[in-house]
Amino acid sequence: MKANKAVFKARSKPSRSKFNVAKTKLALLSIITLSLSACSSLGVEPWERDLLAKKEMALTSSSIDAALDDHIYFSKEASSGGKSFGGGGCGCN
Amino acid sequence: MVNTNTASKKSNKAPNIKAALSIATSALLGTSVLTAGVSQAEEADEWQFDSAFLLYSETDRVSATEAIIAGTKVFDNDEILSLKLTVDALTGASANGAVVQPNAQTFTRPSGSGQYVTPAGETPLDDTFRDTSVQLNGQWTQPLSDNITGSVGGHFSKEYDYLSLGVNGNLAYDFNKKNSTFSMGLSYFQDTFTPEGGIPKPHSSMLVGDSSSPEWDGEFAKTRTGKSDDKSTADILLGFTQVINRRMITAFNYSYSMVDGYLTDPFKVVSVLNRNGLAQDYIYESRPDSRVKQSTFMQAKYHFDDSLLNTVADVSYRYMWDDWGINSHTIDTRFTMPVGAASYIEPHIRYYQQGAADFYQPYIIEEQAPLGFVSADYRIGEMTAVTVGAKYGVSLNDGDELSFRLEYYRQTPTNAGFTELSALKGQDIYPVVEAIIAQVSYSF
Repeated sequence: MKANKAVFKARSKPSRSKFNVAKTKLALLSIITLSLSACSSLGVEPWERDLLAKKEMALTSSSIDAALDDHIYFSKEASSGGKSFGGGGCGCN
Repeated sequence: MVNTNTASKKSNKAPNIKAALSIATSALLGTSVLTAGVSQAEEADEWQFDSAFLLYSETDRVSATEAIIAGTKVFDNDEILSLKLTVDALTGASANGAVVQPNAQTFTRPSGSGQYVTPAGETPLDDTFRDTSVQLNGQWTQPLSDNITGSVGGHFSKEYDYLSLGVNGNLAYDFNKKNSTFSMGLSYFQDTFTPEGGIPKPHSSMLVGDSSSPEWDGEFAKTRTGKSDDKSTADILLGFTQVINRRMITAFNYSYSMVDGYLTDPFKVVSVLNRNGLAQDYIYESRPDSRVKQSTFMQAKYHFDDSLLNTVADVSYRYMWDDWGINSHTIDTRFTMPVGAASYIEPHIRYYQQGAADFYQPYIIEEQAPLGFVSADYRIGEMTAVTVGAKYGVSLNDGDELSFRLEYYRQTPTNAGFTELSALKGQDIYPVVEAIIAQVSYSF
């Protein structure tokens, strides 16, 4: 929360831009550090992975379905990729 | 939902087809199949195969069938080899870009030989669409140190009029007791397009008339620039995965993609209308020769407890934007719910919304024609799309899995603010496209 306030303050005083850039950088750095330290408190011990190890908990639980879907949506829409490579490899209509 | 514990059970009952495929794969790879019988049998059992047959069928338009077989083998040092073969066939009609008219319209086929007529009040579709493709993918993944995993892969695909070659490389770094992972991937594709009838000259008028006349071929050739053209695609993918707790995992990706070369669709035209909205001409579309796409993607998976039937929820969101002025939102949700001890049902809902490219126009009005980049391809116009469906999977006694998927896909193109001309009143300028996706998968 503190870090967010600092960003807001920095933006509200455009006249002292140099100082504010430094302040913004400091705020961003604190956010990143905070997030990383938050991450280190997240997670599980190796023996608590019973549910995470299940196939249906994999980020891509069926790579075949994912490949087929990518092919369909790549051919029918203007977007592709995001989860994995958008790729070329298709002259599909 | 193959239970990993069942892998050992399979050795006694391994179906012949699996053994045959394993030996065939080993032969293809040049790995030793001449080792002693026992070790060969063991090695053969380590291959895991996933296969699927898919039917994609649009109402009155394209229908595609696709078959995939993928083999994965884990070696002693956690090295993983994956090979995948995909074959698909496409037939049916595809929108040619021209707008619906109150009277019948005649178009020349992309090959230049012959014409087709679209009846009054119908969206012009080119019904000569036909293609078959074969695709091969290979991927090798291995630990490089305790915390670093590397992976390299290759891609080859050949269609009747299209050739694509690709390579990719990925690195993943695990930390925080492997609860956090940073990953970076690069991929590069080189494609060559050799469309039937050649590459049309952008903005040139579609030649319509008597294709058996002696001057036809010469006149048609004047609307062409060459036989083939190339395209390259370079992608960078940065990812971060975080285990939140025993029940939840999240992923965040950023991707940057540069596409250069021939990005125009040689089969698409744009109608040139008079002020009343009546077609005077059809010109071949023209797109920029580069496109930079970026996207952010986030995903969360959550394993509920008994009170919610141990359902696994999979929710993801993607925001994509590019320098063509397109942006899109995609929300994808799946709920995997166990049914009894050995089967599951998985409802799926996907919502997609995209804005139009800056140069998208459903038609051009004569005199006002700004002949820069222009395309009337609805796939780069404004639209929403929804997919609704479900998958049912069942684990068989020997650990194999059989599953069925049935989905309904509906695209609803919308008007991105273009004025409707009088002759087009009451016509369906932005027709809905509906499709059924049916799939059978078998893992063994």
